[in-house]
Amino acid sequence: MFSGILAMTFLSTNGRTKMELESCLQQVDTFETPKILLEQYPTSPHIAACMLYTIHNTFDDIQGKLVADLGCGCGVLSIGAAVLDAGFCVGFDIDNEALEIFRKNAEEFEISNLDLVQCDLCGLEVETYSSKFDTVIMNPPFGTKHNQGIDMKFLKIALMLAKNTVYSLHKTSTREVRLILFK
Amino acid sequence: MKLLTHNMLTSHVKGVTKGYPLLIKATEVKLNDVEFNPQFVSRMIPKLEWSALVHAAEELGHRQDLPDDLLPDYDTNEEFLKKVHRALLEVEVMEGCLKCPESGREFPISRGIPNMLLNEDEV
Repeated sequence: MFSGILAMTFLSTNGRTKMELESCLQQVDTFETPKILLEQYPTSPHIAACMLYTIHNTFDDIQGKLVADLGCGCGVLSIGAAVLDAGFCVGFDIDNEALEIFRKNAEEFEISNLDLVQCDLCGLEVETYSSKFDTVIMNPPFGTKHNQGIDMKFLKIALMLAKNTVYSLHKTSTREVRLILFK
Repeated sequence: MKLLTHNMLTSHVKGVTKGYPLLIKATEVKLNDVEFNPQFVSRMIPKLEWSALVHAAEELGHRQDLPDDLLPDYDTNEEFLKKVHRALLEVEVMEGCLKCPESGREFPISRGIPNMLLNEDEV
């Protein structure tokens, strides 16, 4: 009987543990030839799973929410969010090759509640998207390849897009940085 | 591209003041099965440009009988929410383009992904 209760506590809602989420995200394909200038380093399944699990379990910012993934690349964060029952997820990226891998990933995972948009976020007049999304998740470029400050640009855009909360990974420490903004 | 995403997209071509809503010229439209989540749909409705959704659904031949004006009791009307769910999340434009209503600039949609990138002289 006790073991039954213990087992329950290790299961998250949606019946997935963090470990299960991580092993699920290990099946997401990533860049074959990352473009250095676009800083296409993939988010590791481990970091993605930790980040998403906390966003979901501690802050309830994924299930049933409209989620944006900025600089989504091959989509590990979006796919993880979809696995955790996001209402709908939109991935934005400038690179069509990354989006093509993302599209194939989504197909393999049989995820249909997401969309991809190819655009240059830095050229976007974000006012028109103001507070359209509940949650923004992202692993933006760090701004170390002749593009200094791009990480801050992404953050500003994210804060504009999100009605509730922005979760973003940054270089200042190699650990997850969580930014919370209440509007 | 689903119509929920279309409802948010705007053309930002230089000089354009009203790049919304984008006209849809679809050559391939697909219907997906997406799990119906009434809470999510009713929470999205007040955020939508309703007329843009109805118009887009009509352009694609999937308006069903969505009304010109939003029903006042939309959040408790499950039949209505199911129709909105279908229009918002199940109808997907796979091939075609989005056309800026002011400049006429066309943004291609390929394999379901709209390409909103601008050329240097359009920024």
